Amino acid sequence: MDPVWWEYIPYILQGAIWTFTLVGGGLALGFAIGVPVAMGQKYGPTWLKAVLDVYVWFFRGTPLVVLLFLFYWGIFPVLLGIKLDALTTSVIVLGLRSGAYQSQIFRGALNSVDEGQMLAARALGMSKWQAITNIILPQALRIAIPGWTNEYAIILKDSAICFTLGVVEILTRTRYVVISTGEALGPFLFAGVLYIIFTYGGTKVFNIIYEKYHIPGLVGKGM
Amino acid sequence: MGFWEEFIPLVLHGAVNTLWVLVISIPASVALAIALGSARVYGNAALKAVATAFVVTFRGFPLVVTLFLLFFGLADLGIYLTPYQTATLAFVLCGGSYMSEYVRGAIRSIDIGQSLAARALGMTKFQELIYIILPQAIRRALPGISNEIIYQIKYSSLAFVVGYEEIFAVSKTFISRYFMPLQVFMVDAALYLAMTTAAAYGLRALEYKLRIPGLEMSIR
Repeated sequence: MDPVWWEYIPYILQGAIWTFTLVGGGLALGFAIGVPVAMGQKYGPTWLKAVLDVYVWFFRGTPLVVLLFLFYWGIFPVLLGIKLDALTTSVIVLGLRSGAYQSQIFRGALNSVDEGQMLAARALGMSKWQAITNIILPQALRIAIPGWTNEYAIILKDSAICFTLGVVEILTRTRYVVISTGEALGPFLFAGVLYIIFTYGGTKVFNIIYEKYHIPGLVGKGM
Repeated sequence: MGFWEEFIPLVLHGAVNTLWVLVISIPASVALAIALGSARVYGNAALKAVATAFVVTFRGFPLVVTLFLLFFGLADLGIYLTPYQTATLAFVLCGGSYMSEYVRGAIRSIDIGQSLAARALGMTKFQELIYIILPQAIRRALPGISNEIIYQIKYSSLAFVVGYEEIFAVSKTFISRYFMPLQVFMVDAALYLAMTTAAAYGLRALEYKLRIPGLEMSIR
């Protein structure tokens, strides 16, 4: 007798480790890229702004699956001559793309901190850099948390696209189960519900972080 | 024949197939979004619950999972969709759900006084929605809907997972013949960038054309 699909639920659930490696890695790399890019776009010289605009335009305007294949088969092995595995490539691509999106979240947050605060900080003798790191960023990072929560939900669902490179995350494993049991409806519904649970669970965690670091009265203008 | 002579016609054929899905799925998504958004504000308890469950499901499922469910999952139930039907339906379900959130927010942003005034003038709830609320709400929801349209253009590349011959699908097959991934996928990126950039400008022009001075001021 053929095995039934629910016997493979633990196998699918183990894919969550890979899914969250993709999500965590992508979000962290995107954060490390997005914050400096946003600061460059707001405070940098004109030529830097132009370069950063092209970066953001490219990564926001190109589908993830095209980026994954471009980097996995093209840019890394052919252009740069390095062979990276599917997981590393996926994390880098998710991170580069998320960086483009996160830079826009942070740029909005930076813009929502009143200009007068920068002037006041400079008047107190702070350098531009000190004013940004000590006055503007602590507020902007807090204001950006809700935007970041959305980004988590987006990157979680987009991590499923990494099945195209064979990263053994939730969807790849679900497809293996579909192939070996010949049943499709149950496994794919299960995977879908799993993503919904992870979306809501993660959103809850971000809301707790938001509440914890929330400063009463600090609400971004127009956010 | 050389690489470019073979690849360019092929990828343009893929682009036509991509557009052929989008030309149906984008207007249908907007229509579904208006229906879902209206149902969640104006519907009775049962309708609200159904519309909410619908939106939570199709916003929560990754689009690839929805594509697989419609193509392989429905086949388990004896319903066989073609790749074209699967892709179009999946984009409408997913896009409509995302866009409906903007419609819902926009409907709720319209002053309650307008609703009361319409009812006082003898309009039914349905007339009020169609003639008073939606013409304003759709304009306010348009920037958000535009974003989702641009997402849908990019995510249309996922139709390859059910075997639909769009831009990415033909490219992926092509590199098994000519292994020139850098060129092939840069052409793909250029095509998508052209489509998303053109859509962004077009939609901004549409927003400008449809604007009612003063209405946009009170969005938030």
